[in-house]
Amino acid sequence: MRDCWARPVGDCLETLLAVKNLNVAYRSADGSTQVAVENASCEIGAGEVLGLMGESGCGKTSIALALLGLLGAEQAQVSGSIQFRGKELLTMGEREMREIRGSGISMVFQEPGIALNPVMRVREQVAEVIHAHKQMSWEKCQEEAQSALVRVGLPDTPRIFSAYPHQLSGGQRQRVTLAQALACEPALVIADEPTAAVDARSQQELLRLLQQLQREMGIAILMISHSAEVQARLADRLMVMERGRIVEQGRFEELYRRPSHPCTRAMLRAPMAADDAEELDFATVT
Amino acid sequence: MTRYLTRRLAHAALLLLAVSVFSFALLQLAPGDFFAPLKLNPQISARTVEGLRAQYGLDRPWPVRYGHWLRGVFHGDLGPSFAYNSPVAPLLAVRARNTLLLTGTAMLWAWLIAIPLGIVSAVRRGKWSDRAGGVVTSALLTIPDLVLFLAILLLAVRSGWFPTGGMVSTAFGELSGRGRAMDIAYHLFLPALALAIATLPALVRHIRSAMIEVLQAPFIRAARAHGISEYRVLLRYALPVAANPLISLFGFSVATMLSASLLVEVILSWPGIGPLLLEAILAKDVYVVLGTVMLSSVFLVLGNLVADLLLFAVDPRIRMES
Amino acid sequence: MKVESNLNSGRTEPLLRVTGLSQQFVQRRTLSRSKFTVNAFSDVDLALFAGRTLALVGESGAGKSSLARCVALLDQPTAGKIELEGRDLLALGRKALIPIHGQIQMIFQDPTSAMNPSRSAGEIIAEPLVVQGEGTKAQRRERALHLMEQVGLDPRSEGKRPFEFSGGQRQRLAIARGLALGPRVLIFDEVLSNLDALNQSLILRLLADLQRSHSLAYLHVSHDLRLVSEFADDVALMCEGQIVEQQDARKLFESPKHSYTRDLLATVQSVDSILLERSA
Repeated sequence: MRDCWARPVGDCLETLLAVKNLNVAYRSADGSTQVAVENASCEIGAGEVLGLMGESGCGKTSIALALLGLLGAEQAQVSGSIQFRGKELLTMGEREMREIRGSGISMVFQEPGIALNPVMRVREQVAEVIHAHKQMSWEKCQEEAQSALVRVGLPDTPRIFSAYPHQLSGGQRQRVTLAQALACEPALVIADEPTAAVDARSQQELLRLLQQLQREMGIAILMISHSAEVQARLADRLMVMERGRIVEQGRFEELYRRPSHPCTRAMLRAPMAADDAEELDFATVT
Repeated sequence: MTRYLTRRLAHAALLLLAVSVFSFALLQLAPGDFFAPLKLNPQISARTVEGLRAQYGLDRPWPVRYGHWLRGVFHGDLGPSFAYNSPVAPLLAVRARNTLLLTGTAMLWAWLIAIPLGIVSAVRRGKWSDRAGGVVTSALLTIPDLVLFLAILLLAVRSGWFPTGGMVSTAFGELSGRGRAMDIAYHLFLPALALAIATLPALVRHIRSAMIEVLQAPFIRAARAHGISEYRVLLRYALPVAANPLISLFGFSVATMLSASLLVEVILSWPGIGPLLLEAILAKDVYVVLGTVMLSSVFLVLGNLVADLLLFAVDPRIRMES
Repeated sequence: MKVESNLNSGRTEPLLRVTGLSQQFVQRRTLSRSKFTVNAFSDVDLALFAGRTLALVGESGAGKSSLARCVALLDQPTAGKIELEGRDLLALGRKALIPIHGQIQMIFQDPTSAMNPSRSAGEIIAEPLVVQGEGTKAQRRERALHLMEQVGLDPRSEGKRPFEFSGGQRQRLAIARGLALGPRVLIFDEVLSNLDALNQSLILRLLADLQRSHSLAYLHVSHDLRLVSEFADDVALMCEGQIVEQQDARKLFESPKHSYTRDLLATVQSVDSILLERSA
């Protein structure tokens, strides 16, 4: 796996996800459409981590939602091709799509505080995901949920399992959403700014955990984060987006050492030493 | 928890006391009393009228009468009804029972219909089925209850399918147990339907908007992203969270159980508290009015308490605060 | 344990000085009689100097926002002193405080919720002037447009509503509003947390420019130590309501004294060191 880090997808990894000419345009109430993603193309290989960086509002989350088929026809106009394990997702029926959501491709949402059901205990919330995909009794689902929660580093205590989201800390809540995403051992996990709502210490722990689980389970990750440090830790390859378009793609180290697009330069700024103020070049970005 | 309950009950007792004083005092402001019209009758001497008044203690100052009444309340005696010439308590009990039967049935129907209707309109928001529903509820809301009830009365009279009033038919006494139940149900149908139709539109709207608000929450989208079926998302994720505002609404429904049916009872001649209260106010049968007001207040307090307890039981966030 | 502030050595008098500030909340548990006290922060000493930025760092829940609100005179502390150029602010009556509010302004984390969504940008910026009764309508508008230019917003968008701006632009709008009354001290409460990396850099640059041109004193609350290393002159570290270390930024990052500081610094890694770690 480490050798493949150096080579682009296609050389040694099977292509898990292939996106070609994806266009997403949101419909507004007066009938006009606003383009969120324009002509995006990319590929993710099995077990690979593809980072997605860009300013907020540049279309990152729209791509994630389009991948999961969560944009209804009245909400947005989606065109192009998204192939997952060779099957076309955009023309797939709702039932087949629901099978893929959570077990083929799953998502870790930003802000776990609002992504979790406030009146359901955390173990049940993970159990629900398992129950939706596996033919098991509810008790068995709860047991599996328990192991999923332990796997993401939550203490093996009844206090945690039967807790409601608001009783847990931000970092713990994020682990719960991670457990939900990993419960059915998906092939691809979309992580949407998973450490944004978490404090610095928990952030490091969470990223290390994600790294470890990714290697253990061999899952591919689409890592959406605007933070260079987060991408550095996990991304094999990186995509930079600006206003709906992918402006640069390539291996993370390549882009970091030799960024060509000004947006890439701005997002992957060089490390700060504590005692020198760095001049950041933005002339071309604004 | 017990401390909370005792505190609430203590507050309730104080509230009821205040209501009783206020009502009693307010009733005294109306000039004259029950026996005043008798004075106009030349055949009844003034002395007889005075004698009647003294018999019921109406010549005493009102704080004294209030104290007397209050003492009676603790023994279950709500005072005498002048019009019926009998104690108020049993009279009120029978009428209250009838009213509760009516409002209970109507509430049950209204909620049972409103919940699925509200959920469906929320889910199909913007589609024509939702818009059609919106037109119907708007129409029902704009039609004054009075007109609605009169229309239903007209239906009963013209078609002859339903009795036009009363709770039981004249042959009630001769019917078997089951026959009696059927007879009451037959008479109950129209008033309950009328009341249900009157309360339905507002309920549907509240449920619809509570569901719409919840369905826009991020955790619903997250649940869908995990592949959970739409049915389960609605029932296990959306509805429990939407229940919060609806429980307060429910408490309000319970609170108004004795008062909401007044108009229906009067128009469709259902022997409940409504007509009794109306007569008593017009005739200045003070103790009946007082008793009715107090009973309604008890229901109000109870309804609020029920709502708070339900919220406590249903929403873990409120439970955790303590 | 009170920490000695080594900020005063050999410098001019601080513009804003906070001494022994504490805030306590007494709360009653719902459905019960028992009370318990919560210390938001206790015995805090701070010194803000014109033209310098003091970063207030700590994890969420450490009391930074509560402290910032008290210094901004938005909340009442339970003990201590706040002095602006020697004047004891907490001893002033309500009327005397009105002009002082204009001197110390606060910018909040979420600009969207800090602004009236039904007002236009120009109205929002001019609002402090309206509240303090300054200038005619035309003068206020002039000033609003001038401020928009200063913060890098197009003056032609003065009629737009907040939702029509991007996140970064909304924050600039909030900053423009904060500058309306010509304050000496600006307090920022996690203003960069909701922004992406690009906008963070842009806003920081703007703040540095404004500080230089107006000689402002900044109190910048942030949980992000890496960002703090970019802009802070002085750093005060807060942990559970108390200041555990406070000194010159450079010295703090080079040789942190308190174990808490060292722990926190360990969580900040540069991209280079992360990449090194990975290839090992």
